[in-house]
Amino acid sequence: MSDVLAVAEHRRGELRDVSAEVITAGRELADALGGDLHLAVVAGDVDAFADELNREGVDAIHTVAAGAEFDHNVYQAAITAMLDDTDAAAVVMPNSVNGLDYAPAVAEEHDLPLVTDAIDFEYDDGLTVTREMYGSKVETTVAVDGDRYALTIREGEWEPATGEGDAAVESAAIDAVESGARVAGFEEVGGGDVDIADADVLVSVGRGIEDEDNLELAEELAEALGATLSASRPIVDSGWLPKNRQVGQSGKVVTPDVYLAVGISGAVQHVTGMKGSDTIIAINNDPNAPIFDIADYGIVGDLFDVVPALIEEFE
Amino acid sequence: MKVLVTVKEVASAGDDFTIEGTGIAERDLEHDLNEWDDYAVEAAVQLAEAGIADEVVGVTIGPERAEETIRMALAKGVDRAVRIWDDTFAEGFVDVSSKVDVFEAVVAEEEPDLVLSGVQAADDGFGATGVALAERIGFEHAAVVNHLDLDADAGVAHVHRELEGGVEELTEVDLPAVLTVQTGLNEPRYASLRGIRQAQRKEIAATTLADLGLTAEDVESALTLTSMYEPESESDAELIEGDAGEAAARLAAVLREKGVGAS
Repeated sequence: MSDVLAVAEHRRGELRDVSAEVITAGRELADALGGDLHLAVVAGDVDAFADELNREGVDAIHTVAAGAEFDHNVYQAAITAMLDDTDAAAVVMPNSVNGLDYAPAVAEEHDLPLVTDAIDFEYDDGLTVTREMYGSKVETTVAVDGDRYALTIREGEWEPATGEGDAAVESAAIDAVESGARVAGFEEVGGGDVDIADADVLVSVGRGIEDEDNLELAEELAEALGATLSASRPIVDSGWLPKNRQVGQSGKVVTPDVYLAVGISGAVQHVTGMKGSDTIIAINNDPNAPIFDIADYGIVGDLFDVVPALIEEFE
Repeated sequence: MKVLVTVKEVASAGDDFTIEGTGIAERDLEHDLNEWDDYAVEAAVQLAEAGIADEVVGVTIGPERAEETIRMALAKGVDRAVRIWDDTFAEGFVDVSSKVDVFEAVVAEEEPDLVLSGVQAADDGFGATGVALAERIGFEHAAVVNHLDLDADAGVAHVHRELEGGVEELTEVDLPAVLTVQTGLNEPRYASLRGIRQAQRKEIAATTLADLGLTAEDVESALTLTSMYEPESESDAELIEGDAGEAAARLAAVLREKGVGAS
């Protein structure tokens, strides 16, 4: 029982990047355990996906052709079949929205201790996982009891596996699943008048703006700079700006020339959506805010002092 | 139908805090209702107001101190609450399976048709309890729900699941079900004065593990928190110093150099 099973992810016909990352994390764990790495490819065009993910480090690929899209009941049944058929002791899954829709059920069904949102792990006679707490303010290490476990890994933390592999691809069949959760379709959100992904300069506003009335200040700044106004999640959740202005994991990914973050702390879900910007400037009163970790320029100060002064500079 | 909503009092740390052992010093923590659970409470109360839910019961794992927070949920319209506690929960790092042991016993007692749970807790950010609970109690589920339209007669919840990158999955979920609620599902209300007064008379049933037929051994965690530390700052940002006016002037120069505001 020293093998590892990693689970690929795809959506609407395309593999998601995290699929190559679970291979890397799974390989790392399999090496520590002295076992093989199995990769599960479930639903969709499994042959094409298996071909694309046959990379260095994968020992065996198991495909289950069952439907086009993600269905957590199908995933769970497929993983159960693979756990029965292999010697896998550990399951590595993406900490994605879909990952969190099946991983806890898999762990529960197989009585596997579960650690989610791993950003690193070490194996030394036992598994110790690194993960964040308190909204990224601290990191923790969590020791897992026993030699069987389930992990979900944060996207973008492991390098994607590359290189051509020579894993045998086996297709497995599972009994038809009567799913009580049926996907009826998809909807793109965030359409509308403005596409923030097209903007060269974004003034992006976050929780630090405190009150809807203060949004005017950010609007004035955007106007003075000839920039487009965008926002982090709390502003959109509060209904102060429409969804099409949201930058981040569940919103838009933007890569402007200049991204000016005003009162944004820089939670990982936000950073995912803007880290590719050419120049990142942050104004925040908390010197420890994670936004400064990725900023090129930073002002530690009260945005209600700095922003009016900045507007004045451009008037 | 009966709706069970899981609520958690979570701790958050301010800008400055001290780590003592494997936790943040109690004096540096503030306690509040978990943000995601606030949306779950609102969804449950709206179902009651729409005449779909007959009763909304809150359930929490928390010490006596948490009652203040739970009472806020009662003030917003939750009918009554069950609070489970055992000192063993304070000693270790409670894993998902232990929480599910507790909630499973409460579900057996309350027999809800729908369980609403926040996607994750703001403090430990595990994001797993709701879906694991669904598996244990044989309910259907959907994770990360940001739109909910319940057809009680048909026994189906029409939900949107918020996927990455501005895409939502439209899903039909058979009841009974556990839905994990994402922020933005609704607009959580503030408790009214009347609600706050009424909440004083609502029941929070203090419940022990023994009351649920469980022992401390049953909820033993497979996880141990072995260290906590502040991540090293990776910042190589050029900090612009000076008072607001000076800093703004220097930032303006940087921006102009990048071609911003040149019109």
